[in-house]
Amino acid sequence: MTQNKEEMNKGEKRPAVQRRTLLKALAGIPVLGIFGYEIFRKRSYDIAKKNRVIDELGIKDIKAPAVLKSSSQNKNDLIRIGMIGFGGRARALSSALGFLHPLDEKNKRESGSLENWLQQDNLNVAITGICDVFDLHAENGLATARNEIRPGNGSRADLPVKRYLHYQEMLDDKDIDAVMIATPDHHHAPITIAAAKAGKHVYCEKSPLQRENELMELYNAVKDNNITYQLGHQVTKNSVFPQAKEIVKRNILGKITLVETTTNRNTANGAWIRHLDANGNLKPGNEKTIDWEQWLGNRPKVPFSVDRYYNWTKWFDYDMGMIGQLFTHEYDAVNQLLRIGIPKTVSSSGGIYYWKDNREMPDSLHCVFEYPNHDMTLIYSANLANSNSRGRVFMGHDATMRLGNDISITPDRNSSRYEKQLKEGLIDPSEPMITMNPNSGKVDAVTSATEKYYASRGLTNTYINGKQVDVTHLHVKEWVDCIRSGEMPTANIDRAFEEGATILMAQKSYLEKRQVEWDPVNKKII
Amino acid sequence: MKNTQTYSGIQLTTLVLLRFLIGWHLLYEGLSKLLDPNWSSVGFLKESRWILSGFSEWIVSNSGVLNVVDFLNTWGLIAIGIGLILGIFARTAAIAGSMLLLIYFLNNPPLIGLEYSVPTEGNYLVVSKTLIESVALFALAIFPTSSIFGLDMFIHCKKTKDHDSK
Repeated sequence: MTQNKEEMNKGEKRPAVQRRTLLKALAGIPVLGIFGYEIFRKRSYDIAKKNRVIDELGIKDIKAPAVLKSSSQNKNDLIRIGMIGFGGRARALSSALGFLHPLDEKNKRESGSLENWLQQDNLNVAITGICDVFDLHAENGLATARNEIRPGNGSRADLPVKRYLHYQEMLDDKDIDAVMIATPDHHHAPITIAAAKAGKHVYCEKSPLQRENELMELYNAVKDNNITYQLGHQVTKNSVFPQAKEIVKRNILGKITLVETTTNRNTANGAWIRHLDANGNLKPGNEKTIDWEQWLGNRPKVPFSVDRYYNWTKWFDYDMGMIGQLFTHEYDAVNQLLRIGIPKTVSSSGGIYYWKDNREMPDSLHCVFEYPNHDMTLIYSANLANSNSRGRVFMGHDATMRLGNDISITPDRNSSRYEKQLKEGLIDPSEPMITMNPNSGKVDAVTSATEKYYASRGLTNTYINGKQVDVTHLHVKEWVDCIRSGEMPTANIDRAFEEGATILMAQKSYLEKRQVEWDPVNKKII
Repeated sequence: MKNTQTYSGIQLTTLVLLRFLIGWHLLYEGLSKLLDPNWSSVGFLKESRWILSGFSEWIVSNSGVLNVVDFLNTWGLIAIGIGLILGIFARTAAIAGSMLLLIYFLNNPPLIGLEYSVPTEGNYLVVSKTLIESVALFALAIFPTSSIFGLDMFIHCKKTKDHDSK
């Protein structure tokens, strides 16, 4: 600057010097100009490349997350719902309906997610009946139904909430319109059949059934009594699901001949050891507070056991293990996308290799489902002693799609359809050519390993217009809307029938150590 | 510090060039965050190790704070970049940029024993390019050039004039 001052003092050179000084001061402007030009070039290049990929791959108009719609039906008619079974899952279902247990309300308030929950659509339903064989769970149900907080500016229906000691009492009550079944699996089909016969609409948690003789009986009961039946598979409500459907419809993947679905979990909770609380103490419940006879239902009489009560998934009398609990979600995701129905043959194998307790269910299980009429194999491979996530993968001749809480599609290096684009380097087989992720950049309040597993499969929360939405809420909402409109929900009885037959085949194959076949004429497993 | 340095031609050219280059880099870092609707600092903060990891965890756990951090980060980088290129409030920009880069560095320093799930593009031991850029910016604050090559010249002239007229 001292140099500048000296220059300024020399009067005769003043205009030239001033110009030079001024030009120096403005030196950054051309740099900024070049920067702007380069940004413009880069943007144009990126957009042109993206548009070319979109055009040439035929993925134009695959819309980002669907718009969250309010129920179009007349919501004036209140639907009175009875909850059968009120454990952890029923609390989640109640939350999806618009009812929070006071403790869950407190937790949501503390984690900052209550505000989000309050924006949930008001479904205009009331929980008016609770049925659970365990007094403590029934009390939780009553506290949930009576809690005054409601989402969507809804007000309390002010109807009395009744506890029923047996589900048949609830089904006989004309003041109940619909029931949600969240009991252990061996009760699902018998209660659904009884409910359908009593004319009650049913939302049933997976799996739909457990025994071969239940398959036709369940199907006929629901069809004959014309009730609205929804099975608890919420994956189709994830906002990426319609996009995946569109991708399959437009044949982006080419001919799909192999679909691999997997489970990998590596915790005691994930292996259904759940009878201890966080401090390692035995969870509550004894013969005085639990109606053990009713809990066993038509299953063999065994003495009361806290182990059986909390960890029922371990025994084949009450569940089909991973086939019933986890494969059902996988199957539903694949069947909703590809409409493959019942396989021709199934081979299952596996064993108890890690959790060597008193369980019957395998902790390593692999099932191969053949669909010769669709030129396709579906594989389910599950392990409970390793958490390496293997995803859900759709393999086509031209590309591979991974579908979870987001979608990624990677071109195949030997694809015929994308041969030109691969050669030109427009797309690369080592990286995805399409990714769809409505959740990107958002933080999810997922805590436990088991919860993370469900989140990675797209079964917990999704984002619609940047807002976090519980997918179970959307699934329950569809059921309630269909009760009012008489339309068919997504996870309807036809899908449940296909799923029921498929899981029965997988289980039979595992137990009998042989390949089983479906007889479509007699609707029987051979 | 007063702007009393006299630089040789080559010194001045090198310092101005360094200012332009760092300004360009930071401006583009800021703009690319602004242009990417899905960008958030979550990924970076979740990777945070060492002394700032607790603070980063707190930011990520609080969506309000996270939004503010994202906003300040994006616009902070843009403002610093423009400041350095145009040479306007360049010393403030250089110091702010140096501090910001130091915070980035402290969130994931390549120290022995700290493991990151995202690979880096080079090989670092204790010192990373972020740290070097931070120190380079600090050097630019100490060796200012914006009152010769930059809009700060006008501010400086006005100050000098005011001072002279007193």
